[in-house]
Amino acid sequence: MRKTVILFLALTLSLALALPVLADTIKIGFNISLTGDIPKVGESSKFAAEMLKADINGAGGLMVGGKAYKLDFIYEDNESKAESAVTAMLKLIERDQVLAVVGPNSSKQAVPAGQIANDNKTVMVSPWATNPDATLDRPWVFRAAFLDPFQGPVAVNFAVKTFGAKTAAVIYDLSNDYSKGLAEIFKQVFEEKMGAGSVVAFESHGTRDQDFSAQLTTIINRKPDFIFVPNNYNQVALIVRQARQQGYTGEIMGSDAWGSAELMTLCGDVCKGLHFSTHYAAAGATGATKEFIDRYTATYGYTPDDVAALTWDATKVVLQAIQNAGRLTGRLRTDRQAILDGMKAITSFDGITGSMKFDEEGDPVKCAVVVQISQTGEFEFKESVCP
Amino acid sequence: MLELIIQNAINALQWGSFYALIALGYTLVYGVLTLINFAHGDVFMVGAYIAFFVATFFLVSLGVPGWVVLALCVPLTMILTSLVGVTLERIAYRPLRNKGAHRLYVVITALMCGLILQHANLAIFGASRKAFPPLIQEHVYNVGGVSFTNLKVAVIVTAFLVFLILHWIVTRTRVGMAMRAISYDKFAVPLMGIPLDQIIVITFVLGSGFAGLAGLLFAMSYPVLEPYMGALIGWKAFIAAVVGGIGDIRGAFLGGFLLGAIEILVVAFFPSTLRDLIAFTVLLVILTFKPTGFFGVAKTTKI
Repeated sequence: MRKTVILFLALTLSLALALPVLADTIKIGFNISLTGDIPKVGESSKFAAEMLKADINGAGGLMVGGKAYKLDFIYEDNESKAESAVTAMLKLIERDQVLAVVGPNSSKQAVPAGQIANDNKTVMVSPWATNPDATLDRPWVFRAAFLDPFQGPVAVNFAVKTFGAKTAAVIYDLSNDYSKGLAEIFKQVFEEKMGAGSVVAFESHGTRDQDFSAQLTTIINRKPDFIFVPNNYNQVALIVRQARQQGYTGEIMGSDAWGSAELMTLCGDVCKGLHFSTHYAAAGATGATKEFIDRYTATYGYTPDDVAALTWDATKVVLQAIQNAGRLTGRLRTDRQAILDGMKAITSFDGITGSMKFDEEGDPVKCAVVVQISQTGEFEFKESVCP
Repeated sequence: MLELIIQNAINALQWGSFYALIALGYTLVYGVLTLINFAHGDVFMVGAYIAFFVATFFLVSLGVPGWVVLALCVPLTMILTSLVGVTLERIAYRPLRNKGAHRLYVVITALMCGLILQHANLAIFGASRKAFPPLIQEHVYNVGGVSFTNLKVAVIVTAFLVFLILHWIVTRTRVGMAMRAISYDKFAVPLMGIPLDQIIVITFVLGSGFAGLAGLLFAMSYPVLEPYMGALIGWKAFIAAVVGGIGDIRGAFLGGFLLGAIEILVVAFFPSTLRDLIAFTVLLVILTFKPTGFFGVAKTTKI
């Protein structure tokens, strides 16, 4: 009797130990904002990832070293908060034992969460973060988006050329790394180009603010040629509207955080005709990009925004790195190291948001586009700027 | 320079109107029950959502013109929001009160009710923001460099009207007299044949109804709705009510506009980072010199 029990226990134990090795799945974590300030961003990421997972699992799985693995994506909500992004990252790395992490999207969460990924030696690829600090001095952290030091000059040059702007005003979110960083870069570049004092107003606000009338009164009083608004889409809807209510009729320009599918629902008519710099233009896309857009639209009922496209690319980069690793041992530390080496082995990647190659900081060198919001609410391609 | 000051004054009046409207609800309930109804900010949020659903229902489903929708929205939002307020009172506050629980427990219950409203909203309607449909054509008027819209003027006028109505109810009607009597002595009042629970319900109807109206106006002015929109503005309105002298209607009204004015002026002339720092320092200094607020009187009639 006793022998049977011991035998049974030993059998269960060996089975339990053997299972993770036997189960041919690859776990990838997604640290995304499904609730909070920018829930649409997380939703887009999740939808794009689900689409990619269905593709690969449907085709039998991912081939790594001659063996097919099923993909298992784990979505962890970071509530659009910096501190929750850190918790989510730890949870994915330690409890869920993922091989690599995609996300967080916003720089506000990617900068702190990147530190965790780097400390725990897990590859992280942020699809959307543009703040330089996200990957700076972190060998394990990569991104799929261009950087703000590149995006800032794109906005400046476009405004000077298209609006003939000699002066500018900036309104930005002080508690958002992304918004603050980009606003400062913009100010520096614009003043270098147009002379000191050409940024006539540099006003800030908090994340939860709904009333911007005081800042806008100051801005409009200084009579800038245009207003630069490097903010999240939800604030953009309020800022643009209130600027118009205060009688401002001039140009307003934005950055890639405008490009959510939800911008036009919230902003409506007042945003039509405005420009912003972004990662890709959905209207008028061709090739693989168009195929992605058409399939996404058919499945989820709306045109994918830049986050969806970038998540698609970021996840594919991670899968490419896993394939580059050649073989998975089932030992977490070894595999994660192999994936890092696989990331470094990528010389050039052809994504749907353009081709990219990673520099030594883990940042891609890729092009930006400026789009105009058309009268039908589509983001129409205006011009493309490459480094 | 002058137009800059006038422009900021208009901004301050409009922003202060919201604080004032919400603070009135805090002060009414406190005046009658000495209960700080911390769920009030979230009742305001619920009001905005109710306005959203009523407005989209009439606009989209029935295709009624905008001004008719607005005319329907005002009473419907107020009635439905006051139902929410009364429900909270019935299921959360009254049982505790009847068991003779200490006020502290009721306040904690109120805090929890607020959180429940927020997260119930998040769970039911999702995290996506709602865009409030435009009900009236907004006109931008420009007089001597000062811009204002018809909506801004309407908000300010409404705040003053609500104040006058509430002031009239409390000081001139029998219900108001009963409310003041309760705040004097909760135990003697039923002996005089005044239905305590009924008067309390009326207090909640008034407070929540006007919070609903504030929610509707807020949604029209800042048409991006989210579940947490009521939390911060609610707390700030509560502080405004305390500075004005909680329990006094004039105090809540004045406190609301004072907080609005300080916030707008700080942002207009200093970096916005300093807004809450300076605003609350000023309020703290006021409370240090006058701990009961402007109109508050220690331990006598409240409301």
